[in-house]
Amino acid sequence: MITQQDIRTHTIAVLVDNESGVLARVIGLFSGRGYNIESLTVAEVDPVEKLSRITLVTSGTPMVIEQIKAQLGRLVPVRKVADLTVEGPSVTRELALLKVVGTGEKRVESLRIADIFRANVVDSTNESFVFEIVGKPEKLDAFIKLMEPLGLAETSRTGVAAIARGKESLL
Amino acid sequence: MSEQLSGAEIVLKALVDQGVEVVFGYPGGAVLPIYDALFRQNRIRHVLCRHEQGAVHMAEGYARSTGKVGCVLVTSGPGATNAVTGLTDALMDSVPIVCLTGQVPTFLIGNDAFQEADTTGITRQCTKHNYLVKEPDRLARTIHEAFVVASTGRPGPVVVDLPKDVLMGKAPYIPASRVKHRSYKPQMKADIALIEQAVELMGKAQRPIFYIGGGVVNSGPSACKLLASFVRSTGFPITSTLMGLGAYPASDQQFLGMLGMHGTYEANLAMHACDVMICIGARFDDRVTGRLDAFAPNAKKIHVDIDPSSINKNVVVDVAIVGDVAHVVEDMIRVWKAKQIRPTQKALATWWGQIDAWKARNCLAYKTNDTTIKPQQAIERLYALTKDRDTYITTEVGQHQMWAAQFYKFEEPNRWMTSGGLGTMGYGLPAALGVQVAHPESLVVDISGEASFQMNMQEMGTASQYRLPVKVFILNNQYMGMVRQWQELLHGSRYSESYSDALPDFVKLAESFGWLGLEVESPADLDDAIKTMIESDKPVLMNVHVDPSENCYPMIPSGAAHNDMLMGPEDTAGAGVSDHGMVLV
Repeated sequence: MITQQDIRTHTIAVLVDNESGVLARVIGLFSGRGYNIESLTVAEVDPVEKLSRITLVTSGTPMVIEQIKAQLGRLVPVRKVADLTVEGPSVTRELALLKVVGTGEKRVESLRIADIFRANVVDSTNESFVFEIVGKPEKLDAFIKLMEPLGLAETSRTGVAAIARGKESLL
Repeated sequence: MSEQLSGAEIVLKALVDQGVEVVFGYPGGAVLPIYDALFRQNRIRHVLCRHEQGAVHMAEGYARSTGKVGCVLVTSGPGATNAVTGLTDALMDSVPIVCLTGQVPTFLIGNDAFQEADTTGITRQCTKHNYLVKEPDRLARTIHEAFVVASTGRPGPVVVDLPKDVLMGKAPYIPASRVKHRSYKPQMKADIALIEQAVELMGKAQRPIFYIGGGVVNSGPSACKLLASFVRSTGFPITSTLMGLGAYPASDQQFLGMLGMHGTYEANLAMHACDVMICIGARFDDRVTGRLDAFAPNAKKIHVDIDPSSINKNVVVDVAIVGDVAHVVEDMIRVWKAKQIRPTQKALATWWGQIDAWKARNCLAYKTNDTTIKPQQAIERLYALTKDRDTYITTEVGQHQMWAAQFYKFEEPNRWMTSGGLGTMGYGLPAALGVQVAHPESLVVDISGEASFQMNMQEMGTASQYRLPVKVFILNNQYMGMVRQWQELLHGSRYSESYSDALPDFVKLAESFGWLGLEVESPADLDDAIKTMIESDKPVLMNVHVDPSENCYPMIPSGAAHNDMLMGPEDTAGAGVSDHGMVLV
């Protein structure tokens, strides 16, 4: 039987030819085969070679994760698939923008917590702040949780970007 | 700069460059430029289907009987959506197809124009890859790429969507030799260390078995020959999936017949009891494995597949070898010889003794009588009367398909065309037409059921138009037999909607298309009717009335294990089906 302990979260980097429909292929693969996407980011990383990098956070049993990687590798425009969770140490970062609305003591408290988390104020009115925070997803989770009682009105998160530590590169 | 051609001319030139001789298709507004260019050339032949699903199945029959890529040409919108079932069928059964679809002009895409459909969106999940060509400059390159993708690695269908303005624009032609794909490189040769590991396991085996599938056929006739010689040199038993039939000669002593849900008793029990399983070009499909947690519980499993995603998908294996069957088997033979492996003959003899005892059970036996033709009997007689000819067999889907797999013995690959993965009723007639186009002098028989036949019977007109003398051999039991069998087994014999009511007069139907129609009811007339069918130079529709209550055995009920087979109607119906099994299809 599959137990909850067998299910692990993996961060997977996929280097693809930047052509139309490539993201739809990746997303269609996940929905069509019943895999889970927790976070997905994509942007062109090599305009000369026309390569985009997709960073996916997904979860599953070891067998499912192996399938996900094999299925991704099978897509024609996919150049490379790397499992950053198992292939050595990696750095994972996410950016979030938070709108916190309020006045008085709560407003001051939100600024104090932002300072502790090294979040920046990128917009300010008499009744609101927009904070920018960068870090591991767990750090963002913690910051968001603390902002909730202080007037958190809106959150925008980028999803995870990740890269392996050390001198080896993906291609 | 080289000569400028119209987009439509580039398409045809690229097809000629790729060795295409025949295109199966249906015209419409968006592909008129290609049809006009077809009219003005004589290199490529066009076969007009009556429905685009038929065109794709024809291309599948053509591809699977020749090993070449099948080519389809359909229009935008309904032309493309009608092709979807055929494309999905080709994807599931790994058949190389290039399907060119018309599209509304680029400036109308997204406007809900007349006969517009999001073809690349709709076919993304039912093709190996697809393309929308937005500039005439990209046409030649894309079509060449499409043929490479369709025919290499694990083969599959590729769609190229062609907007009408692109077909009417101008560009220079680029020959195939100048096109290279940026990232697509299937792995052909396997890691030799893994092959050594596999061969060592085989050498130590006490109860080995080869389990082969359609991948062997796809690897080509020489791969089949290599594998057969290797299997013979090992002395191991061998079984095949539905898709792999013909890859290994069925008459050979080491062949145990098909395995799986309607496989033989000896093949399934040998799979259950084996200690080393060598799976080559098969994918542990649910029709084959039955209950997964009871599948070959004591076996070390070796899996050879060109598609890494087939490995460890359903069944975890001990040695996973990614590569093309021909390359891998060649290496296996070399390592086997170099290491001078001699399997223990004593253990093998014991194993064969056990297998022979299972064989003695004679699991495919059935009872005949003087009044009613048994469906198994009809296929056995068809086999007896056609086996010495140059014969190709296609099927529809259902009981008749399983009986054909059990009773028709294939000695060579590419002789057996059936819809295995998707189970598409209506596949057999158009597939037979595609086979006949490729092999005009051969005997092509579609073993059919009266229900499946009606799903694509419009293609009778195609046979008449192109004088394709296919033989449709209908086992008419007046039921969707496999549906009825499951209703009998699992749903208290409540035959909900599975009776074939309001059937046509098949003889008159045949005659209305200029075919020969035959009708047989008595076992005594069967042989003569089959001979008449074979000897006719026309297409023939033969309506064989068979016992309507006959069921297909042996059977592993859904959710049951290989050693838990129903052998015949005397086995308690449905007793082996768990609640879990009831939800399976």
